[in-house]
Amino acid sequence: MKTVIQYIRSLFLLELFKGMSVTGRYLFRKKFTLNYPEEKAPVSPRFRGLHAQRRYPNGEERCIACKLCEAVCPANAITIEAAPREDGSRRTTRYDIDLFKCIFCGFCEESCPVDAIVETRLYEYHFEDTDKAAGNYIMTKEKLLAMGDKYEAQLADDRAAQAKYR
Amino acid sequence: MADQQTITIEVDGRKLEATPGQMLIEVTDAAGITVPRFCYHKKLSVAANCRMCLVEVENAPKPLPACATPVADGMKAWTCSPLARQAQKGTMEFLLINHPLDCPICDQGGECELQDVAMGFGSGLSRFVEGKRVVRNEDIGPLIATEMTRCIHCTRCVRFGDEIAGVREMGATGRGEHMKIGVYVEHAVSSELSGNIIDLCPVGALTSRPFQYRARAWELTTHDSIAGHDGVGSNIHVHVRNHQVMRVVPKDNEAINETWLSDRDRFSYQALYSSDRLEKPLLRKDGKLVEVEWQEALLDAANLLKNADKNRLGALASPGSTMEELYLLRGLLNGLGSKHIDHRLGQGDFRAADPVLPWLGQKFAEVENNQAVLLIGSWLRKDQPLLNHRVRKAALAGAQVMAVNPVDYDFNFSLGSQVVCTPAAMAGQLAGIAKALGADTAGVRAVDNAVHEQIADTLKKADQGLVLLGSVAQAHPDFSVLRRLAANIAEVAGVTLGFVGEGANSTGAAMLRAASDDGLSLGDMLHQGLDACVLLNVEPEFDSSNPQAMKAMLGKARVVALSSHVSPWLREHADMVLPIATFLETAGSFVNLQGDLQSFNGCARPAGESRPAWKVLRVLANLADLDGFDYESVADVREEMLKSISGVKPDNRLPEGDTPGLRLEESDLQRIGGTPLYHTDMLVRRAQALQHTPDAWKASLRVNPALAQALGLEDGDSVMLRQNEGELTLPLAVDERVPGNCVWMPTGVPGSELLGAGFGAVSLEKA
Repeated sequence: MKTVIQYIRSLFLLELFKGMSVTGRYLFRKKFTLNYPEEKAPVSPRFRGLHAQRRYPNGEERCIACKLCEAVCPANAITIEAAPREDGSRRTTRYDIDLFKCIFCGFCEESCPVDAIVETRLYEYHFEDTDKAAGNYIMTKEKLLAMGDKYEAQLADDRAAQAKYR
Repeated sequence: MADQQTITIEVDGRKLEATPGQMLIEVTDAAGITVPRFCYHKKLSVAANCRMCLVEVENAPKPLPACATPVADGMKAWTCSPLARQAQKGTMEFLLINHPLDCPICDQGGECELQDVAMGFGSGLSRFVEGKRVVRNEDIGPLIATEMTRCIHCTRCVRFGDEIAGVREMGATGRGEHMKIGVYVEHAVSSELSGNIIDLCPVGALTSRPFQYRARAWELTTHDSIAGHDGVGSNIHVHVRNHQVMRVVPKDNEAINETWLSDRDRFSYQALYSSDRLEKPLLRKDGKLVEVEWQEALLDAANLLKNADKNRLGALASPGSTMEELYLLRGLLNGLGSKHIDHRLGQGDFRAADPVLPWLGQKFAEVENNQAVLLIGSWLRKDQPLLNHRVRKAALAGAQVMAVNPVDYDFNFSLGSQVVCTPAAMAGQLAGIAKALGADTAGVRAVDNAVHEQIADTLKKADQGLVLLGSVAQAHPDFSVLRRLAANIAEVAGVTLGFVGEGANSTGAAMLRAASDDGLSLGDMLHQGLDACVLLNVEPEFDSSNPQAMKAMLGKARVVALSSHVSPWLREHADMVLPIATFLETAGSFVNLQGDLQSFNGCARPAGESRPAWKVLRVLANLADLDGFDYESVADVREEMLKSISGVKPDNRLPEGDTPGLRLEESDLQRIGGTPLYHTDMLVRRAQALQHTPDAWKASLRVNPALAQALGLEDGDSVMLRQNEGELTLPLAVDERVPGNCVWMPTGVPGSELLGAGFGAVSLEKA
């Protein structure tokens, strides 16, 4: 009996029409596809994009070279050298993030006691062979701080929005 | 410890054996039961002021501090019962009230006792909402960084100063909330053991200044090694990060350094990365040292050595060189047909033969049991800080420590009887002691002094005693005489004779000397001259007891230097300098003053292109076409070296022979030499932090106030010191410790290279 029903179904292409009806339904629905890069998807304040280092409003860098991010980094992407600055405060003399190693897990951000290392919403960047040779895939302290300066308003807003969940 | 009875106590349901008089915490520590503590330390007295080790004891109405509760037979205690836990948690909460939450910037973070104990006994949330207190910081010197707000008042540092260092520098002022630990009047701490309070501090209040902010505890790899600056041979942990030595801390060894480490051994690592560290071989071309490749330098060195007249080829090695290096250097020289090798750079007199193998004469632990100690020409406190600590323990236990010194050196215990005299009078004074004992005075006319009877009497009465010849005596031009007199005194008084050499391996170097026939001594070399000389880790103008003579001798010779740093004179005169690894970067062995041979491995990568000296010597031997230098590892060298010294036993007996006459005569003005503790070898001289301590030699000429007045000079006046052809202009410093008619100007310090022997006639005039 089962075999007969199966036979009739396949004869009338029932399954095909069922499938095509789904296709047809979506053909006339509102489209989800974005015309990237002209159009962009909304990004969460928790997004973990390219790194930045923040400063305090008075311009002082936040990072205190505690090296917790370096210790927590599962990909060993962070390299820090520290020494006392002229004024005696504890500061990094080198803070490098190797973007080829980084897996964007966000642990560095989470471990930071002073919200210095953060991840921005930026995800559009790339490296070329020449960059690689020149070591441009390394986010140095200068680059990180420049990123922080550029996106500080956004970063501060995002941290404020997330404060109650942290 | 006559009647050693044991009693049984019960802790956490476990039956433990104890001896009466022990504190509960000692018993639990031995059994591996954890009791949290901050103020208790096994080497310090019990203060019981942190209250962290509270435990419940049966029949006690309240929890008792385990560190101050003596055990009693049948005692029952619980370390983690609800009552004990509640007490411990309460204490922890109080301790954290005033402790800042600055762990991320605190160097102790990651190795902090407070952090660890807070993890176990602290609460997750603080109930404290009031303001925390802040304590002003004091600058206590270049070695120790302070952050006194973090202090929890355990007073370990205070007790250390009192009980171990013997100088009460730190103290607590104020009460309760206002209590603070400090140095009263702000000054740099002066103890030569001060670095130990860094280890003692359970929090980050006292941390290492040279190491400040440079690395985290979890980044460091620990290597075991042996300290290379004094004859104690302290066991150390070397902390390394990225193949660089970041710091040095002590490793417990009850028989040698206990838990302590001298500042010199702790901070000398800084010199490894000094700006003048040699990183490439240097070869003299057209009168200038230029950097060359190893190949060229080695070939040149081998050719120079091969072509040198073997009777006029010699080698001088620092007493801080490893056994393996010395063994290969000896092998290289013997292969080339020369036997002239010496390590006794600081010795001032070679006229009589040395004992077979000079050593301390006692084990370090035995030093504590002496009832009388006579120091001859020794500032033991600064020369061998941890050996001095043993002598201090003996002194505290009632021993009489006496001294015959050319300067009234300060000690951290009180001296029984002391003779401070001019260097030239030392022999006469010793002869006086010998005479009082009825011993042979070796032809020296005894000086009359009432103290001699006392010293002789004390030495005679002692069941166990020690006559110790220090490094100042060794540098004395009449060392042979002083040594003979000391031996006579020791023999008649029935006490032990001991020698304190310089460097980490002078005993080992003497072992190697004893194991082979000898050529010229350094004294003979200076007298007869050499055509070619190999220098192993030597800065001739600073390491020698007579820089003028050394420079004159080497100036006429071709010099192949193996060295980690180059001194200015070597830069001018050496034919080539081969960069070698320091003791922290190479494998080797040292023999300490009590005769222990301790081997260690390299901890860090040698700087630049420098190579371990044993490899350089091996290649030089290969290039000089010598057989038997096919060692593949330092272990091969060690094995052969150990075989060669297997029959050598420490032996302080002086060989028979006539004692030479006195060379040093009383003159209008005499120089007092000796080498200050932070100028003893090329590494220490380049350790920046040590050079800024109060113990570093200030560029000055020290004279007695009476002499200054007689010469019409005042403190700070610029004066010129003349010795032979050398002259030196420095400010005058008035110092009561210096005897009359003497100028205290050490060897090994900047400026001393212009002068002659550390002892001798000098003249002084206003510049």
